[in-house]
Amino acid sequence: MSQDPLEGCRISAGKKSAVSLGKALHPPNLLVVVEGTCGACVAASPVSAPEGSCSYNVAHHHLCVCVRVCMAWQGLQKGETLASLKQESENLRRKLEEERGKLTDVELHQVAEKVETVAALSIKTRRVLKGHGNKVLSMDWCKDKRRLVSSSQDGKVIVWDAFTLNKEHGITLPCTWVMACAYAPSGCAVACGGLDNKCSVVPLSLDRNENVTAKKKSVAMHTNYVSGCSFTNSDMQLLTSSGDGTCALWDVESGQLLQSFHGHTADVLSLDLAPSETGNTFVSGGCDMKANVWDMRSGQNIQSFDNHQSDINCVKYYPSGDAFASASDDATCRFYDLRADREVAVYQKDSIIFGASSVDFSLSGRLLFAGYNDYTINVWDVLKGTRVSVLFGHENRVSRVRVSPDGTALCSASWDNTLRVSRT
Amino acid sequence: MQELSWIREGRCNSRCVKTEMTSRMPSSSSVTQARQLVRQLRMEANIRRIRVSKASSDLMRYCGEQAKYDPLLMGIPASENPFRDKKPCTVL
Repeated sequence: MSQDPLEGCRISAGKKSAVSLGKALHPPNLLVVVEGTCGACVAASPVSAPEGSCSYNVAHHHLCVCVRVCMAWQGLQKGETLASLKQESENLRRKLEEERGKLTDVELHQVAEKVETVAALSIKTRRVLKGHGNKVLSMDWCKDKRRLVSSSQDGKVIVWDAFTLNKEHGITLPCTWVMACAYAPSGCAVACGGLDNKCSVVPLSLDRNENVTAKKKSVAMHTNYVSGCSFTNSDMQLLTSSGDGTCALWDVESGQLLQSFHGHTADVLSLDLAPSETGNTFVSGGCDMKANVWDMRSGQNIQSFDNHQSDINCVKYYPSGDAFASASDDATCRFYDLRADREVAVYQKDSIIFGASSVDFSLSGRLLFAGYNDYTINVWDVLKGTRVSVLFGHENRVSRVRVSPDGTALCSASWDNTLRVSRT
Repeated sequence: MQELSWIREGRCNSRCVKTEMTSRMPSSSSVTQARQLVRQLRMEANIRRIRVSKASSDLMRYCGEQAKYDPLLMGIPASENPFRDKKPCTVL
């Protein structure tokens, strides 16, 4: 912007009066909206800018007005208007639905009729992990299938041995609502984040006397709360999702932002990385009711699914990497196939009216464990779409369910301050 | 600032306070946004897809192959299960 933005415009100078000029300076590029109150004397309150504008502040003290120069309509193509673009996007959406519909020759549960029904499960709570002083918001298993990390509303992150119930490490964060925690693949560190808008990595030491909290290192910086985090295949990179609507990939050592993923139009609540054999993608779900699949290298949104009718609280890949499931506040869980590019199953019941907060698959992918806000965990037959079992025990809503890496145990975290480890 | 943390807390507590996106998005004309949306939709419409019947049978085949390795699905024989319900024992 080398030219004087006020060139050719008449401005009514006046304190505290909003004046809109509506004069196009470089048709149709600029529209100047002038509002009263100089930036130097009184903080200007935002004026409702006309559609299609952005603004930056230029204070002209001698005029005692603040000028917002709106750089709208960057070179509209001939014949292209906002309305025509909207029309085109509507047409494309319709075309997308048509293309998906053409390949829907049969439903998953119909194909699955010939599969044997799942035998009655005998999963019982075998361990109750008590020690958190407040709601447990998140947990993650270590690859050694025995340790797990959990985080809570009181700012504490605890590393447990699930067999012996020993608390191996306790980390205190300065913020409350630690909504995300993850174990590093090596088992040597944990990542945690929440209302502090950061995701920190804490290296775990074998020395019990060492203060682990002191070695905490901030890696990710967002402009709103961190809702989910996950290490990639190594301890070196961390993927985070945030209430600011973005996901981001960070280098742990330097704290540098490697890639950011924009596309959600509201808070992103959950993310999950594709199982390592299937490549560099991850799926995220958010308050905009959309589940998006991203390419980690390019930052591109590859596929998007908007079948849910409320916030998506959790997304999880199917073990083969060709599909994923989502849990939502609309009391349903849904199953999407990535190669068919559509939703292929909905797990719902009239009697289930509370939102689902978390999902995870069993090792073979046949069972889907879903934790709900009505304090239960429903176990669904992924292929047939029917409910196999209900697990009771928690005394408040279930915030997270995770199957252990060897598939032998299910850990559930709850707002009743405990975690439960269940096995057959 | 205090208001903002209340909104965040409210978000966590009731999950019905949605943070306002427009104030945080980088300023851009809605024309640019509309153009980006059209570009994104065009790309999504053109990806290669397979039939649901093929996708379903692949999922079923994966489940079938992996089922025997799934302890939560199949159960563990009592002899090997360290967590089996213990029977009372008598001291002779």
